[in-house]
Amino acid sequence: MIEILQLLLYGTLLGSIIALGAVGVTLTFGILGFANFAHGDLMAFGAYVCFLLYTQLAMPFWLGLVAAVPATILLAVVVDRVLYRRFRASRPIISLISSFGAALIIRSSIQIIWGPGTWLYSSKLVMAQRFEGIRYKPDQLLIIAATIVVVIALHLFLQRTRVGKAMRAMADNATLARLSGIDTERVILWTWVIGGGLAALAGVFLAMDTRLQPEMGWFLLLACFAAAILGGIGKPMGAIAGGYIIGMMMELSTLVLPAEYSPVVPFAIMVLLLLVRPTGLFAGRST
Amino acid sequence: MSLVGLASYLVFFLTLAGIYALMAQGLNVQWGYAGMLNVGVAAFFAIGAYTSAILTTGASDGHLGGFGLPWPLGFIAAMAVAGLLGLGIGIVTLKLRSDYLAIASIGIAEIVRLVLKNEEWLTGGVRGIAGIPRPLDGLIAGQNALLLLALIVALILVVHWALERAHRSPWGRVLRGIRDNETAARAMGKDSLVYRMQAFVMGCAIMGLAGAAYAHFVGFISPEAFDPVFATFIVWVMLIAGGSGNNKGAILGAVVIWAVWSGTQFLTGHFPAQYQTQAGALRVLMIGVLLQVILIFRPEGLLPEKPPAPIWRKE
Repeated sequence: MIEILQLLLYGTLLGSIIALGAVGVTLTFGILGFANFAHGDLMAFGAYVCFLLYTQLAMPFWLGLVAAVPATILLAVVVDRVLYRRFRASRPIISLISSFGAALIIRSSIQIIWGPGTWLYSSKLVMAQRFEGIRYKPDQLLIIAATIVVVIALHLFLQRTRVGKAMRAMADNATLARLSGIDTERVILWTWVIGGGLAALAGVFLAMDTRLQPEMGWFLLLACFAAAILGGIGKPMGAIAGGYIIGMMMELSTLVLPAEYSPVVPFAIMVLLLLVRPTGLFAGRST
Repeated sequence: MSLVGLASYLVFFLTLAGIYALMAQGLNVQWGYAGMLNVGVAAFFAIGAYTSAILTTGASDGHLGGFGLPWPLGFIAAMAVAGLLGLGIGIVTLKLRSDYLAIASIGIAEIVRLVLKNEEWLTGGVRGIAGIPRPLDGLIAGQNALLLLALIVALILVVHWALERAHRSPWGRVLRGIRDNETAARAMGKDSLVYRMQAFVMGCAIMGLAGAAYAHFVGFISPEAFDPVFATFIVWVMLIAGGSGNNKGAILGAVVIWAVWSGTQFLTGHFPAQYQTQAGALRVLMIGVLLQVILIFRPEGLLPEKPPAPIWRKE
């Protein structure tokens, strides 16, 4: 029983990180119409910006975290302006291919700047504490709590603000949204602001919980895609629910599967879903 | 470099370029003909390589084997197994938009990578499979490398001939129709799923063939030889640079991009030793930038797609 509760805690933790990544994936997929293969590497970039300020320049951690967000947003917007915007008029699938290239460009830039090895934010060893036999670290609780705050803020933004409503409208039906006079380029800008910002948080949290390496975001990308499909494409709250489900299932799978194979779990869930209910659990878009 | 050294490097270069050309041809059936986005090229390549390696090597404690079959059977089995894997993926994703195929295919690439690494009884794990026989060795004394190159060129020509025929045939026309306007093709009574499945499986089988050719060329394979991301990516760059939808373009793109890739090695080869890992990343970055430049300035590639010339039949 304790073991399952322990895995549920780890699952919530991993789920928080996947959920933050999946919001950006589902928004770009819904609003711009393509699966962004560079999203995982945006996460990694955010993690490394925090590493630069906090570990290498010895600034306070919160400053590193806060700076990672605008830096990643800036990168996302620049990539959009330089590359994806040119392909908007043609088929969105070209943007997907371009994002595959952008992913490799970002990742190899990280390798050139910080090297291919792994890093830790802090070499200080933090001992796990125990609560009723369940092991946890303060950092892990912080990540879970911070994610909940961010999700509530995101929900309020999408429900209450004009831009948030426009984003939901466009994710739901881009043509109809354009016809009703929504400034699509402005909505796209906001998509990168939200998606890039949350990707930076996901990356920093992932690096806090594990460690930094250039492929860290790419390895999590499949889980983010699975979460976005599970929640229904274009539905941010669905992607968050999907993220928690995928995270839990990945951790719980270690009860029956060798741990090396836990990356297979999101794929298996996704395949099952595509066969049975391709619109996602919460009836998003499928085509 | 001496003249003999240069000649043997040229043979080595062309052999590898030829293997990539086979992969680009396979991808051309999927993307060029039918607009399907396969981001797991390396997985089908690896499956082909391992299938043929397991079937043709002698007994070993390190991995499944001991079948010792002749290499042509290994090549055929490689195509069959890669094609079957493609069929499985196709059943799940081909009725959906191609983004889903792209996502599912990176999942397959990941699973194949994990299986190759962890299932030691089957693949030898990280130690890989050694002693894969080289086809045609000893047929003409001292010309083994050249013979293998000739075999690969022959495979390319056969595949090219078959793909050109398919391109001209009603089958190819329907595929292009589905790619450009699926609704219209369906309205004409064409079952788009069946056509797409056929093209997808055919492409995967050709990638499996390329994998088998690679395994028998290098003689030793291990999971490290199949970096799932980069191997897939460079084939994509080759096809787009050469011209999606054009079979000659796919072959030309493979040779040109492989030359560019090999050329960047000469460039970064002068870097001091401590910067060599960075140099590798810089080469990948340059190929990534090259793809963007092609997509922006010449998306149709070096040899753009042409509608096939009509066939004149003798009465």
